[in-house]
Amino acid sequence: MAEEVKKQRPAPDPNSAKMRLRKIAADAYSDAVEAKKRGELVGWCSSNFPVEIPETLGLTVCYPENQAAGIAARGGGERMCSEAESEGYSNDICAYARISLAYMKLKSAPEQDMPLPDYVLCANNICNCMIKWYENIAKELNIPMIMIDIPFNPDYEVSEAEIDYIEAQMWDAIHQLEKITGHKWSDEKFRQVQQISGRASKAWLDATATARYVPSPFNGFDLLNHMAVMVTARGKEEAAEAMDKLNSEYEENHLNGTSTFHAEEKYRIMFEGIACWPWLRVTSTGLKGRGINMVTTIYADAFGFIYKDFRDMCRAYAEVPNCMNIEHARDKRVRLCKDNHVEGLLVHTNRSCKLWSGFMPEMSRQIGKECNIPVVSFDGDQADPRNFSEAQYDTRVQGLMEIMDTNKEAK
Amino acid sequence: MYTLGVDIGSTTAKAVILENGERIVASSIIIATVGTSGVQNAVTEVLDKSGLRMEDMTAVVATGYGRQTYEQADYQISELSCHAIGAHFVFPDVHTVIDIGGQDAKVLSLNERGQLANFAMNDKCAAGTGRFLDVMASILNLKISDLEKEAAKATEPAQISSTCTVFAESEVISQLANGVKIPDVVAGICSSVASRVASLVRRVGVQEKVCMTGGVAQNGGVRLALEKELGVPILYDDKAQLMGALGASLYAFNKENKKNNT
Ligand code: SF4
Repeated sequence: MAEEVKKQRPAPDPNSAKMRLRKIAADAYSDAVEAKKRGELVGWCSSNFPVEIPETLGLTVCYPENQAAGIAARGGGERMCSEAESEGYSNDICAYARISLAYMKLKSAPEQDMPLPDYVLCANNICNCMIKWYENIAKELNIPMIMIDIPFNPDYEVSEAEIDYIEAQMWDAIHQLEKITGHKWSDEKFRQVQQISGRASKAWLDATATARYVPSPFNGFDLLNHMAVMVTARGKEEAAEAMDKLNSEYEENHLNGTSTFHAEEKYRIMFEGIACWPWLRVTSTGLKGRGINMVTTIYADAFGFIYKDFRDMCRAYAEVPNCMNIEHARDKRVRLCKDNHVEGLLVHTNRSCKLWSGFMPEMSRQIGKECNIPVVSFDGDQADPRNFSEAQYDTRVQGLMEIMDTNKEAK
Repeated sequence: MYTLGVDIGSTTAKAVILENGERIVASSIIIATVGTSGVQNAVTEVLDKSGLRMEDMTAVVATGYGRQTYEQADYQISELSCHAIGAHFVFPDVHTVIDIGGQDAKVLSLNERGQLANFAMNDKCAAGTGRFLDVMASILNLKISDLEKEAAKATEPAQISSTCTVFAESEVISQLANGVKIPDVVAGICSSVASRVASLVRRVGVQEKVCMTGGVAQNGGVRLALEKELGVPILYDDKAQLMGALGASLYAFNKENKKNNT
């Protein structure tokens, strides 16, 4: 019998954007562990909290949403969710919150460790579940909670009054942090951070915009991974550099006719919602196996924070996708669909995230109508593996593909 | 040309043989779940009935939840497209198809050419599906086929408001304990399925004509309740349960026909 020769994959280039981004994401955790060991105070921070504040103050913070996603992607979601449920938390609560609350109690998880916090930084521009989640942590660990209230904005634009409200709280948060940590705010340092974060954001927006090329130079699932750096490290120099590199790699791919989507790109869709982390492989191969490339998601837009000064930054944080009104949020998605030649929309109805799955049926209906594309949704969960059915997912994706086929034939 | 369509659902396996994409030569329905020998039995039965052999089939298409596991298929397509094709064949001017099967409920919207243009499916919950009716029938000690007759006798249909199948089960038990008559409970169960499905239909848009396919379509109680909910007549054919297999068989014919003409 002929001996099977195992296909040798070339060792990944440590200088590639992918490896650099992976390292930045991993270092964020190990740096925090080291900082804690040195006796520094470490904070936990919600994903849409202005990172410019801890960054300018030179503080080490970790991101529980990110950690929860990592734990779920590596198979620990069910264990951690059950742990939180046995503490009395309902299984209806956001699975990121359940995982994080379980972690607070267990203090370690083989999938992704992170030091426990000495203070928490919470902004509710992402959702209001966040407030109760962080309050519980603060109460249980008896640590301070710094809260910036950035309410859902029912108007299309952010008003000056809202900016006043947020700006005052930002300064208050800074002063509280100065008191807690002893670190001092510097306007000069802030300008540097703003400049780096602007550069990283611009490179991220440019990289994700290369999906306008047909075929796309990248597999949209890349974005779900790379995004971690935009959440946690966009104020860091090395993040801006890695994002520049990502953009130039995608441009190169386009010129060379290559892509990180390793299949023939027959259909292009937008994916809406948080990734289904426990079933990432199943959800991605269900698409790739059919030649469906998820070329864009709202994340492509969500972490592009470009602003001109401190006050303008306050506006930017009131304009993140989860706190803008439905018309504004829809228009952003419509633009992504149109710019990137999207032929169908796949919506992850994620019961963990009340906010997102709440507005999605109506918003996706409007997007489908405006862009004249089919919209298909499937049930899942960002981190609790018990709320997903592979067979149901598969049928829906195939149905979506068959409609896209019919639409192509009609053209 | 003969083509075979096989629909491997969650509770039944169905097979249809068509001649030249026009005439149904034979069909079969076997109660069995995905992964059991049900598919093979359905195919053996349909071949026996037709007097044909597998070799006589120009193409075989599989659909349904078990579609990927049926090795004899030349192609596999989703039951969404198959129900659309099958329903369009039986009712050429249908635009909305409501298919309630064992484990899910689907509403399909068809374009002018009878092709699938959009769809909505139930979420992860079993309410509004065949399974819900199975559970309810078994608490009442009735056969699924008796539900229609019982519902027709109702004078004051009961209100079953729980969405959850398990909660609805206890609701039914307490209704019975409170002396509500069986026909009224059955009518309430049918309305509960109908109202769940009606909201799916509205999501896709009620575009006449509307028809019902899938196993639950045979239940006149649910059909009537749905007509009332939606305010439109619902077409029904006794091939309702075969619509997926019929669509698969037609798809096979169209595919082969296209090949031969190019
Ligand atoms: S997943 Fe949704 S509910 Fe959970 S923290 Fe994020 S925005 Fe909030």
